[in-house]
Amino acid sequence: MTQLSVILSLPAALTSGGNISAGETALFWVLAPLMVFGALGLLFARKAVHAALGIVLVMISLAFLYTAQEAPFLGVVQVVVYTGAVMMLFLFVLMLVGVDNSDSLVETLKGQRWIGAILGVGTAAVLIGVIRTATLDQAKGLTSANADSNPVGVARVIFGQDIFAFEVVGVLLITAALGALVLTHRQRLVPRVGQKERADARIAAGGGLAPLAAPGVYARSNALDTPALDPEGRPIEESVPRVLRIRGQRRSATEVQAQIGGTAAVDPAQIEEGSQP
Amino acid sequence: MNLSNYLVLASLLFAIGTATVLLRRNAIIVFMGVELMLNAANLLLVTFARIHGDLQGQVMAFFVMVVAAAEVVVGLAIIVSIFRTRRSASVDDVNLLKS
Repeated sequence: MTQLSVILSLPAALTSGGNISAGETALFWVLAPLMVFGALGLLFARKAVHAALGIVLVMISLAFLYTAQEAPFLGVVQVVVYTGAVMMLFLFVLMLVGVDNSDSLVETLKGQRWIGAILGVGTAAVLIGVIRTATLDQAKGLTSANADSNPVGVARVIFGQDIFAFEVVGVLLITAALGALVLTHRQRLVPRVGQKERADARIAAGGGLAPLAAPGVYARSNALDTPALDPEGRPIEESVPRVLRIRGQRRSATEVQAQIGGTAAVDPAQIEEGSQP
Repeated sequence: MNLSNYLVLASLLFAIGTATVLLRRNAIIVFMGVELMLNAANLLLVTFARIHGDLQGQVMAFFVMVVAAAEVVVGLAIIVSIFRTRRSASVDDVNLLKS
């Protein structure tokens, strides 16, 4: 409990002039370029997975900044909700849809790239211009609002004046879950093919019930390319894997017999010739 | 350092998110751009909460996160169902309504 209170009280308050402390300044100047780098990675990365990793970097850095900005509750929620749940969901869908499903470079709208770039730079210019020219109040800081630790203060607002919004958001989450179920539900157009249907189809097509025999096992040859012998000493062709048979890499039982100098109950050469169609 | 640096950073991230939505064709990356814009707005809200000494901004950022989670669920479900029917995650291929 004491450790928790130490962690929650870690973010430094503002200095008397409304500025932030030296430690927080250093944190900001380390994290801000990293975040912009990650965001640019999203914009320019060829592979969708790299873009996702860039966003993860931005989101984790944001959690650091929230904690530094006297909002440790939001910092924890940021890690749990965004990097933990949302980005994992993104990665799952990325794997589902196909990782190498990259962008097409064909321009369907003429000049879209230039207009988009101009609009992006323009947005940045307008927003930064507004912030640079605005006169902000001297920052008050949250020392008094966070007197009973930040989660307690946030909880008082959420469960106090914002309780109705909180309940509406709960309804929204349930609706979203149901919506995802409905959207990804697939209607079955053909009857389901299960184990029984497959077995029936195989019997109807004239296949055998039992599994195929294993390849031959002899004293000095224990290999996939040698056929097994049935009780009468005939080689069972199906016991050799289909691929080896097609490639012509099958060894006949006669070859093996010659190699090991053994004798079979029935002369394999005779039977093999007779059994070949 | 002044707190307005946080606001500049948030604006920059928002603009990059906008450019991603406008420029990329892969629907998932476009969607991540929207997430980046939401995150930038959250940073703005948290910073203003600190400037005004009021926790309301943090609560609003919290609600934005919850709504973003709901939005991601529905959005990704739409992307997956489009991918099933069209075998593509590119926003250019969603042109069924075009006569």
